[in-house]
Amino acid sequence: MSLLELKNVYKIYGQLHALDNVSMKVEKGEWVSIMGPSGSGKSTMMNIIGCMDKPSQGEVLLDGEDISKKDAKSLTTIRRDKIGLIFQQFHLVNYLTAVENVMLAQYYHSLPDEKEAMEALERVGLADRAKHLPSQLSGGEQQRVCVARALINHPEIILADEPTGNLDEANEKIVVDLFHKLHNEGTTLIVVTHDPEVAQVAQRMVVLRSGKLSKEVVNEHFTGEISYAD
Amino acid sequence: MDNSNIKSSPAAAQDTKKSGGSARTKMFLRMITASLIIRRSRMLAALMSIAIGATILSGLVTIYYDVPRQMGAQFRSYGANMILTGADGAFTQEDMDFALSQLGSAEVVGAAPYRYDNVRINESPVVAAGTDMQQASAASPYWSIEGELPASSGQIMVGAKIADSFRLKEGGYVTVTYTPELETEDGEVTADELMDFEITAILQTGGSEENYVYMSTEDIEALTGETDRIDVAELSISAGSGELSGFADKINSGSDAVSARLVKRVTASETTVLTKLQALVLLVTIVVLALTMICVATTMTAVVAERRREIGLRKAIGASDQSIIKEFMGESILLGLLGGILGSVLGFVFAQEVSVRVFSSSISFRPLLVPITVLVSIAVTGLSSLFPIKSATEVDPALVLKGE
Repeated sequence: MSLLELKNVYKIYGQLHALDNVSMKVEKGEWVSIMGPSGSGKSTMMNIIGCMDKPSQGEVLLDGEDISKKDAKSLTTIRRDKIGLIFQQFHLVNYLTAVENVMLAQYYHSLPDEKEAMEALERVGLADRAKHLPSQLSGGEQQRVCVARALINHPEIILADEPTGNLDEANEKIVVDLFHKLHNEGTTLIVVTHDPEVAQVAQRMVVLRSGKLSKEVVNEHFTGEISYAD
Repeated sequence: MDNSNIKSSPAAAQDTKKSGGSARTKMFLRMITASLIIRRSRMLAALMSIAIGATILSGLVTIYYDVPRQMGAQFRSYGANMILTGADGAFTQEDMDFALSQLGSAEVVGAAPYRYDNVRINESPVVAAGTDMQQASAASPYWSIEGELPASSGQIMVGAKIADSFRLKEGGYVTVTYTPELETEDGEVTADELMDFEITAILQTGGSEENYVYMSTEDIEALTGETDRIDVAELSISAGSGELSGFADKINSGSDAVSARLVKRVTASETTVLTKLQALVLLVTIVVLALTMICVATTMTAVVAERRREIGLRKAIGASDQSIIKEFMGESILLGLLGGILGSVLGFVFAQEVSVRVFSSSISFRPLLVPITVLVSIAVTGLSSLFPIKSATEVDPALVLKGE
């Protein structure tokens, strides 16, 4: 059984088909990237996989459970328990420190544990910046706090929306290396990106165009490491 | 993540639950205080409006409860507010003592027994009032006394009109004649009783009191030879009209010899003024609380709009609607608590200032008003925040995170 399966999923806004009969599977421990130009339906797909929206038609099976008909309250619970979100704009609470931002996800999930949150920050190499506010951190550091927050509750899937969109090359590499490390530990990763270099690092790349799944490419030379063209 | 440190025994589970609960509480308090501090200028405005509302509430409620006492004291300057008369024309000192004992712990400003007898000055008829001079003066603070109140036997106070008629002056002497109406056993009329008095004071009131001469009860008893008779007693009691009616009823039901009634022109005026003043206080309090609610609701609405992204993020990472409600309500309650405490202190200062300036007397601190003010502030803040908080729960995480 696949960890995630989309079966003939549609998302229709009036005349617009944001997703048009999309079917795909993601296996446990897989690293998949979703590419496509603006308006191709990437964000809609991310919202549906991330339990922040529901399809107009079709089924979305997460761990064998159909989440397409769940109410908002159930979707919140599933999102909290099974999905870790990473955003392009980091979205850290500006008045909480790095470690408190990580603990925030624990607070909504179960119980805040500073020791565990510190360990998560250590994993992303930010233990020494734990007591800093987001405004005192660089963009790359903020994104690593966001990764630590996504990891803290041991989600089934890490869902990243343009995770390197606001980062320079050096920080982009740090974040991709973190993804590589998480993949090696068995974490399932779904990365939505514009950046072909980031997309190509994944084991499999899915391309969306006008709401349809137009291409699926398996990376036969998967190393999990980013390489830049000169 | 390593879960090896999770304990499994019931006691250990209890410990974990306790420490987890305290960690949650700590995180909750940290979140709401940090959130208030980061938006301090906006929150300070909300806090000030709550504090001002609480100040007015606490101050006016203090005045509301203190006004009857203050007004009572003010109205005492208009004279007695209760009159005792005898059921059969006159009564005794014992009857009056009984009536006074029915007043409980109420403050009796003055209790003056009066007896009236017809006497003559320069062969002209005059009414003499025998009373306790100190009590009469206390019960009638509006009396304007030129000279000194009679303090010993042989001294007299003369009403201004009598003084004018007989050309009497303070420091002069007057002979008062009393003709008993009794006949002796052999049918002869008894001789007149004469007493010389030193005039120590002239009484001016602008009223009928100027037509009497006033002497001590002992002197009038000596002059007339008749003891222990009171025609009327005037009482000035520091109490509201409701309380006074209660006292009158108590006296009337407890005694056959004496009858108590209220001086309507004083008690009715007092009641009218009090009712109007208390209605005004109530109205102002309601208006101020309504304005506070509008101000807090506006601030909270702006705060929710400002924090839409943050609310979206919280929901995206798993916050339920209840969590969002709890956090915003926590901030409101904290604001209400701080505003209420501040308002309780400032309210007392405000009430004290009003009392001193308007009534020229200080008020006593009412500790019970502090928790009441704080609770009302919290309730008002909480109520004002309901709509903004509801709109916070309606934030869609997907839209907010996309920056729409």
